[in-house]
Amino acid sequence: MIIRTPKSYDLKETSVTKEDIYFNRRKFLKSSLAAAAGGFLGFCPSKNLQAELQQLSYKTTKWGKTLKPSSFEAITSYNNFYEFGTDKSDPKKNSHLLKPKPWTIEVAGHVEKTGIFDFDDLVEKKTLEERIYRMRCVEAWSMVIPWIGVPLNKVIKKLNPSSKAKFVGFTTLKDPTQMPMQNTNILDWPYVEGLRIDEAMNPLTLLAVGLYGKTMPNQNGAPIRLVVPWKYGFKGIKSIVKIEFLSHKPPSSWNIQAPQEYGFYSNVNPNRDHPRWSQKKERRITGQSGFAALFDDKIDTLLFNGYAEEVAHLYKDMDLIKFF
Amino acid sequence: MIFRSTAKLILFIIGLAPLTWLVTALTCDSIYGTILMSVDPVQKLNRELGDWALIFLMVTLSVGPLSKILKRKNLIALRRMLGLLTYFYAVLHLTSYIIIDLQLDWHEFVKDVTKRNFIILGMTSVVLLTPLALTSNNISLKILGSKSWKKLHYLVYPAAIIAIIHFFMMIRADYHRPIIYASLLFALLIYRIWTIEIKNTKIISRFRSKI
Repeated sequence: MIIRTPKSYDLKETSVTKEDIYFNRRKFLKSSLAAAAGGFLGFCPSKNLQAELQQLSYKTTKWGKTLKPSSFEAITSYNNFYEFGTDKSDPKKNSHLLKPKPWTIEVAGHVEKTGIFDFDDLVEKKTLEERIYRMRCVEAWSMVIPWIGVPLNKVIKKLNPSSKAKFVGFTTLKDPTQMPMQNTNILDWPYVEGLRIDEAMNPLTLLAVGLYGKTMPNQNGAPIRLVVPWKYGFKGIKSIVKIEFLSHKPPSSWNIQAPQEYGFYSNVNPNRDHPRWSQKKERRITGQSGFAALFDDKIDTLLFNGYAEEVAHLYKDMDLIKFF
Repeated sequence: MIFRSTAKLILFIIGLAPLTWLVTALTCDSIYGTILMSVDPVQKLNRELGDWALIFLMVTLSVGPLSKILKRKNLIALRRMLGLLTYFYAVLHLTSYIIIDLQLDWHEFVKDVTKRNFIILGMTSVVLLTPLALTSNNISLKILGSKSWKKLHYLVYPAAIIAIIHFFMMIRADYHRPIIYASLLFALLIYRIWTIEIKNTKIISRFRSKI
């Protein structure tokens, strides 16, 4: 047996190019270049992972005829949806994990038609209407959003609650595989909200299934969410899986989190400051970015977000400072 | 000497990079309609400036312990610049709140400063840092003498504690970031106290050996 000590000029076995790479060297070069380019592209905004939105047919209404809606980009890139992250850009990035189809909603409590409903059975496609509403966030910014949906009172009438139903409670989906932040305990999951039955029956209250004429983007609460335009935005619970008719006041998530800051009613009220900031004015987010948006004048916040004519009677004789 | 001033120059450029980025992003958004600074740049800008003030504050406080642990005394030469960068971003953070967020509404300002605790704390922190920024030069060091200068600059610790409480108080749900800052500050304080103890015991033992 010959024992051969490698000479200094000998090539090591490992430095030999593999045969298949050698014969496919052009392809190898191309794919490496593509990978490198892909690395660079990683710095660019990622492509939209969201499912394609479907066009909806709907009838227009008188609501918000004079308002100028915020841009689609603004409405879908600046969201508070803590199930997908606490930064306002997180829901757009992470909500592709949500599967809004198929979707069922449980109806329970003091109501004739209880059970599990398919989303399409609860909201009839042919009854959809567009409502352009102001949306005032409790954080002192606002938008104008052209929602597509059905008045909640139409759905409630169909379900036929009994006289014992004094409140309506809503629950968001709880599934950490679809909503990753539910793996943390930053809020008490699932998100819950509630309305008094007369608030729920008010013609303004909407079960929204879309915006800008199309199905609801995931980051805005697909496939179905609540819109209560005279209340702060967080009352508009998203991705609803349960509607319950109750004789007692249901819990609401932000009230559980910080009861001294967020009340059950949470009506928009410029005279009742949030403990940490003033509610007198708001920044209207139009979709304009850059310096123009930076130096845009704030606008006055209106009592009940400008819907006093429609809803003030619900709270007559009530101290709105005490019942905030 | 050349090393120190080159290092300072590099640090100065790095220190201004966040502000340069913020202004560039806003300019891009204005010209091309991008949303690098989101559709609500008022909030985004204010948060970013506050974040950078805290980051520079933490780095400034880490320089002392780092130079000891890494045995690189010349790191200390960078501390003044880091401290001044901290103050620079803190003042910008405060200014953006008054000019851009409040839009110079002095009535609201007075209400905020008298009623809202997290704003009171934020302002207190900037006020505490002001004499430190003003005395961050050789002349002040000479006038004050190194002992009282050092004593004055211990104010950075209450300022940092207050700034982090201010950060905690403006969070609604997710506390992980202020917790990171608080843990770092806690570690730095422990290190400080520990090294002071060692120094004291050294002094004590030296004193004893003299007896």
